[in-house]
Amino acid sequence: MTAASPAREPLRLHVPEPTGRPGCETDFSYLHLSAAGSKRKPPINEVPAKTIDLAFALIRVLDDTGQAVGPWDPKVDAAFLKRGMRAMLKTRAFDARMLVAQRQKKTSFYMQCLGEEAIATAHWMALTPGDMCFPTYRQQGLLLANDEVPMVEMMCQLFSNRRDPMKGRQLPVMYSYKKHGFFSVSGNLATQVIQAVGWAMASAIKNDTKVASAWIGDGATAESDFHTALTFAHVYRAPVIINVVNNQWAISTFQAIAGGEGTTFAARGVGCGIASLRVDGNDFLAVYAASKWALERARSNHGPTLIEWVTYRAGAHSTSDDPTKYRPDNDAARFPLGDPVARLKQHMVALGIWSDAEHEALKKQVEGEVAAAQKEAESHGTLADGHVHPASEMFEDVYKDMPAHLKRQRAELGIG
Amino acid sequence: MPDGGNMKTTQMTMIQALRSAMDVMLERDNNVVLFGQDVGYFGGVFRCTEGLQKKYGKSRVFDSPISEGGIIGAAVGMGAYGLRPVVEIQFADYVYPGIDQIVSEAARLRFRSVNDFTCPMTMRMPCGGGIYGGQTHSQSPEAMFTQVCGIRTVMPSNPYDAKGLLIACIENDDPVIFLEPKRLYNGPFDGHHDKPVVPWSKHPKGEVPEGYYTVPLESAAIVRPGSEVTVIAYGTMVYVSQAAAEESGVDAEIIDLRSIWPLDLDTLVESVKKTGRCVIVHEATRTSGFGAELMALVQENCFYHLEAPIERVTGWDTPYPHAQEWDYFPVPARVATALKKTLQG
Ligand SMILES: Cc1ncc(C[n+]2csc(CCOP(=O)(O)OP(=O)(O)O)c2C)c(N)n1
Ligand SMILES: [Mg+2]
Repeated sequence: MTAASPAREPLRLHVPEPTGRPGCETDFSYLHLSAAGSKRKPPINEVPAKTIDLAFALIRVLDDTGQAVGPWDPKVDAAFLKRGMRAMLKTRAFDARMLVAQRQKKTSFYMQCLGEEAIATAHWMALTPGDMCFPTYRQQGLLLANDEVPMVEMMCQLFSNRRDPMKGRQLPVMYSYKKHGFFSVSGNLATQVIQAVGWAMASAIKNDTKVASAWIGDGATAESDFHTALTFAHVYRAPVIINVVNNQWAISTFQAIAGGEGTTFAARGVGCGIASLRVDGNDFLAVYAASKWALERARSNHGPTLIEWVTYRAGAHSTSDDPTKYRPDNDAARFPLGDPVARLKQHMVALGIWSDAEHEALKKQVEGEVAAAQKEAESHGTLADGHVHPASEMFEDVYKDMPAHLKRQRAELGIG
Repeated sequence: MPDGGNMKTTQMTMIQALRSAMDVMLERDNNVVLFGQDVGYFGGVFRCTEGLQKKYGKSRVFDSPISEGGIIGAAVGMGAYGLRPVVEIQFADYVYPGIDQIVSEAARLRFRSVNDFTCPMTMRMPCGGGIYGGQTHSQSPEAMFTQVCGIRTVMPSNPYDAKGLLIACIENDDPVIFLEPKRLYNGPFDGHHDKPVVPWSKHPKGEVPEGYYTVPLESAAIVRPGSEVTVIAYGTMVYVSQAAAEESGVDAEIIDLRSIWPLDLDTLVESVKKTGRCVIVHEATRTSGFGAELMALVQENCFYHLEAPIERVTGWDTPYPHAQEWDYFPVPARVATALKKTLQG
């Protein structure tokens, strides 16, 4: 050991702060954006360590004028773009109505994905049947992009009514849709990421072709399960995509508290030996292109990809949250990557395949579909009117076959 | 001063009382630091730490990453340095990623290092149901902690006790799990969810001294003296049991454990010896719940005074349901049935 040198400033604790707070506008220069079209597209078998440039840059396709530019342009056709627009507008309309339903006490709780719609919907469009998503509570877009998932059923889950496929056991938004590639949502953050890696390993063990897609927020990446997932994914070269949705906030804590200051979440992947991309999450085309790249890589035995989607949580964390207490009111409007719906619309109009009138008509159409679904869902009851699954349901499915002690407890409650 | 004495008092909710306890301790002891998810700038999702960062600065009160293992592990290290960390786990249902740091580390550091290192720390966490929180915002995991040797488990049931107990826990040199029944944050709750909420301002225990005082650990409170049967409860179940006694007309002596483990055995034994009957009530699931330990203790210490089998009323052995909350939650009618049954026994 060496004697301490005498004249030194005392140590001090660094606690990161966002640049903006209520009453003080955010300086978004911390995001370090790249120009649309300026980043290379590597081959799908790229060596993970060589993706380091892409982990610190921002892959974008749509420029400020709505042109699709650069090597990541997926060059999709008009019909595809219209489907994408429909998926985003439907997701937005669904969220808007369910927020109102929560205020009317038809559901106890709701979480919207306002401003993040491009990520789940475009990613879903890149998946192949048989792939499995391991979502968080904010990936309803994976279900709403899929017209085979009945909105009525999703709403029955939210209303906890007699037709709730989760039988009233789960908090609203905790869906489960195995047949639609959507793993049961857990309330406990980050647990699903390592599970997705395990599912992907199983696909490899069985010499299958299926890929897993794991989802996690910026905040939840601090949990050990995320870091464990990176290690397992790298070690076994698992066919998995690890999607980190960096919407800048985790309830009231800024992404720097999760470790985003001076680095990126994508950089975590490169450090673990995983190919990593940092992508404009409000750019529908960039989301689709990056998802395709990672899926192709995974399905070709080149291993996992971590994708950080840079976006902004435009709404409250949940219906229990009030963001005006901790961030500037106009943050979402000032976010430099804009709004995903407006940006895709601008692109489609620029291409000459879309107009304001068509946009309004589609909005009306999906709003009508959502309203009709709500009417039907409400006809089966809501939590508020007590049309819920019976109490006996809570003793079912604890085990495959109900053990004697649960039968005794059910009888004690007065149910045979 | 061991209790509030004649100090100036104010009406407080449980949230305000907890905040006041942390405020008092941050002021008195600059080794006290607070951290956890959303506790800094925002002041916690239940607002328990609101204003404290502003008052004491970011080195004393700060936000943490979302990692319960990280929060508790860092607190162990800070405790070993000589600080007295008070950490918040956002919901008790989310403590599990921190379990290894609690069970293998915090609880045994004193023992394994023969007092060379210790970690005085308080782990606050909201627990219990009654808020339509579903399975991940409703759990009562106290029994898991009572099985871990070397930690204390405490649960207040009113603002006065919440403040006095929290101060006692922060000053205590052992790691403490401090469970806060979230349904009691804004008022007592007797299990009748369809009745209007009663605020703490209408309850004598909402009257809280402004300054420093403690409620001693390992001391139970008799919240309703009675002669026919002893009810052992804690947290929200204290009010449910009181409602059950009123509604059934049974003259129950209701004991609020306050310190779940280590506990105040003398008060329990004295009461059961007097009444000869005992009903145990908790929200947590039944099998291997803390009620099982309480039944064993009563049986070991009061067997020859018992005139009826000990009864327990608990949550069912299922995950906590969302829509069927009021069939799961032990309501006064279920406690009343147990009270009457034990009188017949
Ligand atoms: C293990 C665990 N700890 C804490 C929580 C409470 N919690 C729920 S959501 C959330 C914030 C998550 O933020 P982020 O991961 O960024 O996702 P976002 O909500 O922004 O989509 C917290 C702290 C939880 N659900 N699980
Ligand atoms: Mg986030």
